[in-house]
Amino acid sequence: MSEKLFIKNGTLVDGSKANIHISDGVITAMDTADGVLNDERVIDAKDCILLPGLVDLHTHLREPGKESAETVLSGSQAAAKGGYVAVSAMANTTPVADNASVVEHVFRLGQKAGLVDVFPIGAVTQGLGGVNLADIGAMANSEAQVRVFSDDGHCVSDALVMRHALEYVKGFNGVIAQHAQEPALTKGSQMNEGIVSSQLGLKGWPAIAEEAIIARDILLADFLQARLHICHVTTAGGVEIIRWAKARGIQVTAEVTPHHLLLTDELARSYDAVYKVNPPLRTERDVMALREALTEGVIDIVATDHAPHGTESKECEWQEAAFGMIGLETALPIVNQTMVQTGLMKWDQIAMRMSKAPAQIGQYHQHGRDLEVGSPAHITVMNPTATYRVDRDLVASRSRNTPFHGRELPGIITTTIFDGRVTFERGK
Amino acid sequence: MRHLLSIADLTKSDALSILNTAETLSRASDGPMKKLPTLRGRTIVNLFAEDSTRTRISFEAAAKRLSADVINFSAKGSSISKGESLKDTAQTLQAMGADAVIIRHSASGAAHTLAQGQWMSGSVINAGDGTHEHPSQALLDAFTIRKHCAHGNDDLTGLRIAIVGDILHSRVARSNVLLLSMLGAHVVLVAPPTLLPIGVESWPATISYDLDSVIESVDAVIMLRIQIERMTEMYLPSAGEYARFYGLNLDRLARMKTQSIVMHPGPMNRGLEISSESADSARSVIVEQVKNGVSVRMAILYLLLAGNQELEVSL
Amino acid sequence: MSIALPAPDISRAITRIAHEICERNNGSQLVTLLGIPTRGAHLAQRVAAEIESITGNSVECGTLDITMHRDDLRLRAPRALAPTSIPPLGVEDRHVVLVDDVLFSGRTIRAALDALGEVGRPKTVQLAVLVDRGHRQLPIKADYVGKNLPTSPQQIIKVHLSELDGVDEVLLEEVAG
Repeated sequence: MSEKLFIKNGTLVDGSKANIHISDGVITAMDTADGVLNDERVIDAKDCILLPGLVDLHTHLREPGKESAETVLSGSQAAAKGGYVAVSAMANTTPVADNASVVEHVFRLGQKAGLVDVFPIGAVTQGLGGVNLADIGAMANSEAQVRVFSDDGHCVSDALVMRHALEYVKGFNGVIAQHAQEPALTKGSQMNEGIVSSQLGLKGWPAIAEEAIIARDILLADFLQARLHICHVTTAGGVEIIRWAKARGIQVTAEVTPHHLLLTDELARSYDAVYKVNPPLRTERDVMALREALTEGVIDIVATDHAPHGTESKECEWQEAAFGMIGLETALPIVNQTMVQTGLMKWDQIAMRMSKAPAQIGQYHQHGRDLEVGSPAHITVMNPTATYRVDRDLVASRSRNTPFHGRELPGIITTTIFDGRVTFERGK
Repeated sequence: MRHLLSIADLTKSDALSILNTAETLSRASDGPMKKLPTLRGRTIVNLFAEDSTRTRISFEAAAKRLSADVINFSAKGSSISKGESLKDTAQTLQAMGADAVIIRHSASGAAHTLAQGQWMSGSVINAGDGTHEHPSQALLDAFTIRKHCAHGNDDLTGLRIAIVGDILHSRVARSNVLLLSMLGAHVVLVAPPTLLPIGVESWPATISYDLDSVIESVDAVIMLRIQIERMTEMYLPSAGEYARFYGLNLDRLARMKTQSIVMHPGPMNRGLEISSESADSARSVIVEQVKNGVSVRMAILYLLLAGNQELEVSL
Repeated sequence: MSIALPAPDISRAITRIAHEICERNNGSQLVTLLGIPTRGAHLAQRVAAEIESITGNSVECGTLDITMHRDDLRLRAPRALAPTSIPPLGVEDRHVVLVDDVLFSGRTIRAALDALGEVGRPKTVQLAVLVDRGHRQLPIKADYVGKNLPTSPQQIIKVHLSELDGVDEVLLEEVAG
C-alpha cells in the first residue's frame, strides 16, 4: 500500500526547517519550497519536531497467552500512538518465545497488523527457567532474524548460564539483554527497599540486587569480549558501574524507562498498585543519576518496558497486584518533560536515544536512520510545547495501568509515519 | 475522621481524644452501665481475612457494648479464602449496609485499598494489615502505659519505652513507634540487626542491639512475638540464641526499674521472647492490655461512628 | 444581654431546693443526687452540701453522663464523654434526684432516664433544675425549680458557676438582629 505524503513546516532535530516528500515508503525529496506535488496527502507539521521514527527495545505485547491484557495489534496501535515505528516484543509470553515457531508467529502477527515493525526478542533459556539455553541459533535463523535475547521478567542469575549465553551469541553478533535482579535478595519483594518501604511494611527490593548482577555481567562481558545490554537500569549505583565499564571500553549498553526518569517510591504511600513495577520506582537521588546518565550517554537508550495488565491485577491489595506499567503512549512526552524541558538534552540527542541507538543495538537496519533523501520513511511528528491530560480510559492499549492518569504532559504526537504510511494521526 | 487506617493519620489531639474517651468508658464498664445504646441500628462488619481470635473478639465486644449489630466475616470457609477479591467482598458488604468494616488482612495496605477503592461508603478501621500497622493495638498500649506510668500527665512525656523483637515484620512496632513518640515518649527499638528494617534510622526512635543495656532504664517494655519462621528464613541462627540475647528472662525482669511494666500484644511464645515468670509477674500488665483493648476500641467506634462523620472531631 | 438570676438568687434557689427535697422525701437517707455533667454535677454538689447542713448527715451524691444516650448524636461531631460516678449505695430502691442547670426540650432528661435504666431501678426519679425555660418537646417536668424563666426559643440562656466560670450568674441573651 503506497501513499504519497508531503510533510510541511516541520523542524528537524538539528533545528533546520524542512518539507519532506514521501512516496513508496521512502523519503524522495527534502526542500524548503512549499510546493505540494500531485496526489500528495498534506501533513502540516507546524510547531512540530520531526524525529526519526521511535524504536522501542523493550515492549511486552502479551500475545500469545494474555490477549485480554494486550495483543500484537492493540500493542501496535498503542505504539503508533506514541510515535513508535518499531517495537521489540519480549519473550515472556505463554508459550515462552524460546523457539523459532513462537518468534515467527509473533513476527507474522506484527506484519499482519502492519502498524509498526514487531521484532521478537528470543528467550535466553528454555521456558525462562534459567537452566538450559533456548533455541538461540534457530531463532536467529528464523524469519524473525532474532538478534536480541532476554529472559526479561526473570534474571539469568546462574553465572555459568550467563557466561555461555554471552559467548554463544557472539557467533552472529547477537546481544543478551539482562534483567538485573539477584533472586536470592528479592524473594517476595514488593517495592524499593528504603525509608518508604520500612514505613509501609512492604518487603524491599534493594538496589544492590540490581547492582550486583550488573557488575558481574559487565565483568563477564569484558572477560568474554561479548556484547551485553542491561535492561531498565534504575539505580545510581548501577549507573556508576556502567560508567566505569564504558570508560574501559567494555561493550555494554543500557536502557532506562520513562517512568524511572520521573517517578519515585514515595508514590507507594498510597498503596495504589498502579505504581507497582519491576524493577521498582526508587529514590529522587536515583532519578537524578539516571537523568544525568542518559544525558551523558552512559545510558544509551530509552526503552518503555510497556507492561499491560488487566484491572483485576491492579485494583487489589499491593502484594497481590501484578508488576508493570504501560508506557508506549506517554514515553516521548515524559522524556520531553524530564530531559528536554529541563535543559538537559536537545532533540538531536533524543533522536539518538530513542531511535538511532536502539536500532543499532537491535540491528534493525531500516530504522534509526537520519531523515534524508533515500531513507525509509519512518517519521515521528511531535509538537513539544502543546500539552494534554493523560486519560487512562482513552488509551489505545487494551490495558489501563498507566501511572500518569490525570497528569498534564507536555508534548503531543500529531502524526506517526511508518514505512511511508500514516499509522497514527491525532484527532482522527 | 472517617477511617482509622494508620497512626500516621492522627494528630496528637486525635490520639488524646481516643485515650480520654476510652478512660471514661473503662470506668463506666467497671460500673453497672455495661451496655450503651449509642450505635444501635448500626451494622459493623469484622472482615478478618487473617486469623485472629483475640482482636476480633475485642472489636466484637466493643461493638456490642455500644449496641451495634456485628457480622463476622472470617477467612476460613469464606469467599475470601476461595479467591474472591477484596473489591468484590467490599461491594458485597456495601450491599449489606455495613456502616463500618473492621479489617484484618495479611497484605500491607489492604485497609488503604479498601478505604480508597470507593467500593463502599462506610468507615474502615484497620485491625492489622500485613506488616504495616495495627493502630488500635498501639492505642491500647499507650492507654495502658499512661495509666501506669504517666503519673497524672495527659500524655507520655518523659517516659522511656522499649519495643523488643522482630521490628522488621511488626505492625505493632510501626504503629507504636509513631504513637508513643507523638505522645512525647522516647522509644528505643531493641533487636538483632537482621530484624531492623533498612530505613529505620528515619523513624522517631533510637536503636539498640543490646537489651541488657536498655532494660534498666525503661518505664515500660513491649515484648514482640518472634515467629519460628524467622529461623528458617535465616534471620537468626536459632531460637535459643534469640531467647538468650533478646528474651525477657527473670534476670532481666529483676533489673527493671520499680514501677516499670511488662507488656506483650499476644499471643506469647512463653519461654522464647518472654519467660513464663516474666509474663505472670506482678510487673506484667498483659492481661490488663486485653481489657483495655475493649475500652479503646469502644472509643474508636464511638468517635468514628456516633457523630456526624462529615464534621471534624474537636473535643 | 441581661442577668436573669444573680448570684444571691442562685444561692437562695439552691437552699430552697435542698429544703424541698428533704421535705418531699422525708429526710435524705433514701435520696441519691445525680448531677448531669457539666454544670449539673456542680449544682448537685452544692445541693448535697446544703442538705448536709440542714440534716447534719451526708447525702449520697454522684454524676450521670448522658452523652452516649443522646438522641441527637448524629447531628454533630462526636462529643467528649464526661464521667459517670454512681455513689456506693447505688440507685436500687432509692429516690434518685437528677440535677441539671437548665430544663429546655427535655431530651437531656429523657437520655438521663435511659442511662439510669441501665444502672438499676430507683424507687422514684425526681428532677431538680436551676432554670426551667419552657418549650418542652417531650412530656418531662421538673419537681424542683430554682426559677421559671419564660423565653423565646431563639433566646440563649447561659449559666455560669463559680467552680467553672469564676462567677455565679444566669444570663439571658437576646436573639441577634
